[in-house]
Amino acid sequence: MTQAAARIPVADAQPTTRAMTTDVARRRKGRVGQERANWSTTILLVLASLTVLVPLYVTISMSLKSTSQAVDGNAFSLPAPIDFSGYAAAWELTNFPVAFTISILITAASVIGTILLAALASYAIARNWEHRFFRYSFFYLLAAMFLPFPVVALPQIQLTGLTGLANPVGVTILHIMFQLSFSILLFTAFLRSIPLELEESARIDGATTGQTFWRLIFPLLAPMSATVGIFAFLASWNDFMMPSLIIADSSQQTLPVVQQIFQTQFSNNYNVSFASYLMAMAPAIIAYLFTQRWVMEGVTQGAVKG
Amino acid sequence: MTTPITTAAASAGAMVDEAEHGHVDHLAGGRSGRRGRRRVEAIYYWFLVPTVVLFTLAITVPAVLGIFYSFTNFIGFGEWEFIGLTNYVAVFSDPAILSSYLFTFGFAIVTVVLVNVIAFLLAVGLTSRVRLKSGLRAVFVIPMVISGIVIAYVFNFLFSNSLPAFGSAVGIPWLSESLLANPDLAWLAIVVVATWQSVPATLLIYIAGLLSIPGEVYEAADIDGAEPLRRLWSVTLPLVAGYVVINVILGFKNYLNVYDVIVGLTNGGPGTATRSIAMTIFTGFTGGDYAYQMANATLFFIIAVLISILQLRLTRGKAAIA
Repeated sequence: MTQAAARIPVADAQPTTRAMTTDVARRRKGRVGQERANWSTTILLVLASLTVLVPLYVTISMSLKSTSQAVDGNAFSLPAPIDFSGYAAAWELTNFPVAFTISILITAASVIGTILLAALASYAIARNWEHRFFRYSFFYLLAAMFLPFPVVALPQIQLTGLTGLANPVGVTILHIMFQLSFSILLFTAFLRSIPLELEESARIDGATTGQTFWRLIFPLLAPMSATVGIFAFLASWNDFMMPSLIIADSSQQTLPVVQQIFQTQFSNNYNVSFASYLMAMAPAIIAYLFTQRWVMEGVTQGAVKG
Repeated sequence: MTTPITTAAASAGAMVDEAEHGHVDHLAGGRSGRRGRRRVEAIYYWFLVPTVVLFTLAITVPAVLGIFYSFTNFIGFGEWEFIGLTNYVAVFSDPAILSSYLFTFGFAIVTVVLVNVIAFLLAVGLTSRVRLKSGLRAVFVIPMVISGIVIAYVFNFLFSNSLPAFGSAVGIPWLSESLLANPDLAWLAIVVVATWQSVPATLLIYIAGLLSIPGEVYEAADIDGAEPLRRLWSVTLPLVAGYVVINVILGFKNYLNVYDVIVGLTNGGPGTATRSIAMTIFTGFTGGDYAYQMANATLFFIIAVLISILQLRLTRGKAAIA
């Protein structure tokens, strides 16, 4: 496979992925003996999907039970009567509005920070590849992919404590830094697919490098920014390890971390704990249901291309 | 015949290859040819240098500091002195650390096999002519957006209450008690939840792989009279071999860091039966074993690098997602 051939499809990968799916489907339709829908496979898949749906059902139904019904430990019974008091209690106990806001702020700042820093750095690297400093910086930033967080966790706890960053700000910075390698890899690969002539013409019209980046390159990077953003979102929103270790003040903890209180206190109020779990899960699930196609394409592209 | 997804996979590797072989990037080369030896505009440094500095402070400095302390008797604060390789020698003969490595590697191997088998079969199903395709795919991807610790708490309840109830109802003795309280079986519960959570990303990669196979290949197999199972084994599987390698190595690397799911299910117990490497390292912060656990972390780092090198060899830089 030549490199030129490898680059060209990247720019329009997203639309063609969709086209390709239908294309393959059409071709498969033509295959011998495959005209009819495969019902036995469908049934098997539906049964398999229960492994995903049943834990979600249990979470929802437990959260709607009264404390006296929840305590019998029967996970699969329907709530009777439906009781929302678990939500009120969970809201208070976890201080939901605070935890939720902190989670949202960390995630939003991580996503935006990752996209901006990685895009700027990648642009500088891709356009100055012949200069040693930029080339070495690329490999240097990439090296973090070999570094699992547990390896640097202890010194990071120590240093964030010393520098007053043992808080959500420190977690945000670390989230961005750990996401950089992978994001820069995606952005540089994508930048190589953008024909240089586009930039040349912008420059002939008198645009500076900064203007060229913001008005031309950054908008062109949008599909890859979406992929980078989705990965940054998932890593940041769902993270437990880093906030639980870095954030010193438990009143500033993120949504996943505050769920811990149900393991030590209130451990028998299952309706309360499950209401809390559901409130922690729901925002990402709802966001996912609205952005499914993007998420799936983003993850596929990111994982396969990265 | 190629598809966007597979061809794109080569581009990341291409960059690494080019650097290794000393070729000058032709994109930039065009411009330098026009203006002679081009000087770098200052703004490019503004784009890159702040990020490099921040990265150095946030990651490189802690890494170097940690490795440095691993040769001392530092306990997290106060005085310390160099003690050479003493920590490393002690790490190698520490049964707690040894058992955490055995547990973590065993867990990672079992999980990677299970995840890949399940995800591959689901991907085959989801790319065949089934009904409800997009709905099913949407459902199977949901676990990817749920926090590991939260779903582990949900499963914790199921393993402590529902599964034992089922076990005693059907009269299976080892299922009548909570798996999580059984030192020999608690790891199974962790494998189940980790698998539940990891299938979606793996599945999406396999779906991309399967969709990249041209339909003609199957037509040819049909003409040769290949049975469906035979076709899966001799046609489909070899054609997605590259995706299998990617999934196995990426997954394995991730599972070695296992932490959230264990905290949510067993918190390392019963006893220390399910304590992972990451959990053992973190005890260094509360237990006064800072320098000692940094020696452990440094060894873990070396292992992670070796696995990454293996990954680069096998995939030529195609799969670098951490």
